Amino acid sequence: MTQKDPQFTEDHGIFRTAFRKYVENELAPHVDSWEKEKIFPREVFTDMGQRGYLGMRYPVELGGSGLDYWFTVVYAEELVRCGCAGVPMALMVQTDMATPVIEDLGTEEQKQEFLMPAITGEKVAALGVSEPNAGSDVAGIQTTARRDGDDYIINGAKTFITNGTRADFVTLLVRTGDQPGYGSISIFLFPTDTKGFSVSKKLEKIGNHSSDTAELVFEDCRVPARYLLGQENMGFYYLMRNFQGERLIGSVSAMAGSKLNMERTLEYCSDRKAFGRPVSKFQTSRHLFAEMATRIEAGQRLAYHAADLYDRKIEAVKEISMAKLYCGETSCWVADRCLQLHGGWGYMDEYQVSRAWRDSRLVTIGGGTSEVMREIISKCMGV
Amino acid sequence: MKILVAVKRVTDPDARIRLNADATGIDMTGVEYKVNPFCENAVEGALQLRDAAGGEVVVVSIGPEEVDTYIRTGLAMGGDRGIRVPLEDENLDSDVVARVLAALVAKEEPELVMLGKQAIDGDNNQVAQLLAGYLGWPQACFASEIALSDDQQSAEVTREVDGGLEVLNVGLPAVISADLRLNEPRYASLPGIMKAKRKTIDVYEAADLGVDTTVKVRVLKLESPPERAAGIKVDSVDDLLGKLRNEAKAL
Repeated sequence: MTQKDPQFTEDHGIFRTAFRKYVENELAPHVDSWEKEKIFPREVFTDMGQRGYLGMRYPVELGGSGLDYWFTVVYAEELVRCGCAGVPMALMVQTDMATPVIEDLGTEEQKQEFLMPAITGEKVAALGVSEPNAGSDVAGIQTTARRDGDDYIINGAKTFITNGTRADFVTLLVRTGDQPGYGSISIFLFPTDTKGFSVSKKLEKIGNHSSDTAELVFEDCRVPARYLLGQENMGFYYLMRNFQGERLIGSVSAMAGSKLNMERTLEYCSDRKAFGRPVSKFQTSRHLFAEMATRIEAGQRLAYHAADLYDRKIEAVKEISMAKLYCGETSCWVADRCLQLHGGWGYMDEYQVSRAWRDSRLVTIGGGTSEVMREIISKCMGV
Repeated sequence: MKILVAVKRVTDPDARIRLNADATGIDMTGVEYKVNPFCENAVEGALQLRDAAGGEVVVVSIGPEEVDTYIRTGLAMGGDRGIRVPLEDENLDSDVVARVLAALVAKEEPELVMLGKQAIDGDNNQVAQLLAGYLGWPQACFASEIALSDDQQSAEVTREVDGGLEVLNVGLPAVISADLRLNEPRYASLPGIMKAKRKTIDVYEAADLGVDTTVKVRVLKLESPPERAAGIKVDSVDDLLGKLRNEAKAL
């Protein structure tokens, strides 16, 4: 986050400056109304796509820029400056959650049909994993794809799907066989104009209001076999790999958001007076700020360490899970303390801290709960 | 058309700045630099003219190696190549900058020089005028609109002046300085940033350019403005009028 980190080169700095300005001028001024409308315009995708912001790490041949993971770190860190977590989440689903697996495993044809338009922003992407009866227990999904000649017939439902009301395709996790558990799970690239597909509900949420979240229904949806991504029945492994990028960017974003939240709270507390002096000057406040800054720094460093491993393609499941766990819990704690420091005003919508508090609550749940993270970490430790 | 455009780094306008120990400058500990916003308008203006008329945009800055990043940003926005003249901030005044730029103009022979109307740190607003003077070129400062003639021999420049707009017709070559309303600078795109890596930034020493770098203005001392005193509340309009009349002597 600071230019002192040697992994950030001059190019990262130029991108950070340009992208920060973009976020502050083109996104931030509209966020209040997007939060009310519970969605933001599709043009945000196409506009960002045109500027190359949606395909940073993807190969140049596909319309990307072929850059390293630290550009993604800068992207996630600057996006939080739009003043909410909903818009960043929707965009990160597009760039880092629903599409990396296509680059990894996709055929040339699949990349052309799905990845390239996602990079330009012409197609909005969603990731379809959670179901009404299966979230953390991914292996418990019940949506099925049954082979029928050259096609598959998909039946089932997905829920909590970010970008779900308007996605053009869903990177969809389904069951392709009768084996229980994770043995017969596969991933499909599912165009949402397929007959039998519908958005059954736009979901109301605690926070992340500017991002749409939906429940999706699949009724006898016939898709050609060429939309199967990678090998049949390997989906669970692919997904676990895909989760790494999702959790990592979530951690980076959570710490950048927390840092911004803390800085804005410090500004507020320096101006706000109680008992004749600024709230920030009370020892209890000063120590709280010191504690928040320390935890944010620790979380950010853990996320950077995981990012470094990830960038060098070194296995980092434990480190990424630790980052997700720690950054998630820390961001909830920081948001809660920042709200407390605002006193009564913190409970009002007037200050962004209330939105940050609502939005932060997702981070210990989305992309794998804290409980699942602890499970993974303990398994990595062999306990 | 070849356009030379200069960019300057300034202290972050949002930072709380303090004076250094001997009060001759700003204490830069913990303060970051940014590009002067008017210079971004100048770069954007130069790029738009080049995109319309063809040619080349050369982005220039004066300063230590760190200013390369501001030149590179101009190249990422679409500039064609860069030039840096290494001189330290302490050894610069508007006149030295104008003389360095004049020497670069002699070397590069552009048809147009574009600058920001002023830098938001010193707010001197002198370089464009001095440069035009040294070159014997027409100047059009505080441009809010530029229209190039079809034969590219002149430009119609709208400038914001007190009480209205003034339209000048300047023959090229000329010096034009940009106001904020000239345009909205583009954001560097990622392909732009990647392309900029391969563009060259030449470094020319002031001595090699034959520039006398003696400053004409030396900063002796800076002072922070006095802290603003707290205001007061009055009970009634009469009370307010009384205070304005008797204490503030404003009525």
